[in-house]
Amino acid sequence: MEMPCVSSDGKPTSTGMRILRLLKSRALSPIELAAKSCQSLPRVRSGLRELKDAGFVEETEGKYKLSERGAALLK
Amino acid sequence: MEKEKQTEEVGLPMLGGKAPDFEAVTTQGTLRLEDFKGMWIVLFSHPADFTPVCTTEFIAFAEIYKELKKRNVELLGLSVDSVSSHIAWVRNIEEKMGAKIPFPIIADLNKEVAKKFGMIHPEQSKTETVRCVFVIDPESKIRAMIYYPLTTGRNMKEILRLIDALQTTDKHKVATPANWSPGDPVVVPPPATVENAEERLKQGYECKDWYLCKKRL
Repeated sequence: MEMPCVSSDGKPTSTGMRILRLLKSRALSPIELAAKSCQSLPRVRSGLRELKDAGFVEETEGKYKLSERGAALLK
Repeated sequence: MEKEKQTEEVGLPMLGGKAPDFEAVTTQGTLRLEDFKGMWIVLFSHPADFTPVCTTEFIAFAEIYKELKKRNVELLGLSVDSVSSHIAWVRNIEEKMGAKIPFPIIADLNKEVAKKFGMIHPEQSKTETVRCVFVIDPESKIRAMIYYPLTTGRNMKEILRLIDALQTTDKHKVATPANWSPGDPVVVPPPATVENAEERLKQGYECKDWYLCKKRL
């Protein structure tokens, strides 16, 4: 089944890309991302988990930033 | 044998206990209990998609969604139908009844979450979940449970009132009397000693007797 943030071919969906774009300039916490994306916090946490598992974001001390792979997608 | 099977299916969680952990496929992706940390949850089950009472309930839950958000509460629905069925149903509700369903719905096809929360009551239905409501606090503790039979739609005002009462109790360390609504006097906890009981009568509370005192917040 296709996930909301990462599609079955392993690429970010439009929802996933929206989160990645929000992380382009700086690392954000799930709460900050939920506020900026107007999505519920549980949904953001779930999406970040998908993006992290797929290698597009990294987590450090509760904040998420783009991985090299995620940053490459936005170039 | 039949009795053992029933016990396994019902297994109720306990008030004050930790909510059973889960990871579930929903209409908004895979969600875990931990994704709701720091928020209150109203987890509710319904018997089946595309059924009349459930449809009225979903519209009613959608109507209180904003009020729940103001109270830091997330709604989470559940039935043993598939994600595709849930998606088709919420689209139908939006198209035919004009109500957008903004909250996720668990597709509990293998009844894993339903069994953990005791949502299947075989005397009502062996295959469907009954109408349960679990109020789970930000520490993932179960604070209230409501069980309704298949035939009876739930009361949204009561669910909001329950949330208000629980949050008021937590904030002010008080209890709430029968038929309490926000703004009504609250019950002061009973005194622990004879001295406290006597002092209480001088503290300006509205007291019927030493053990039943109310105050306004």
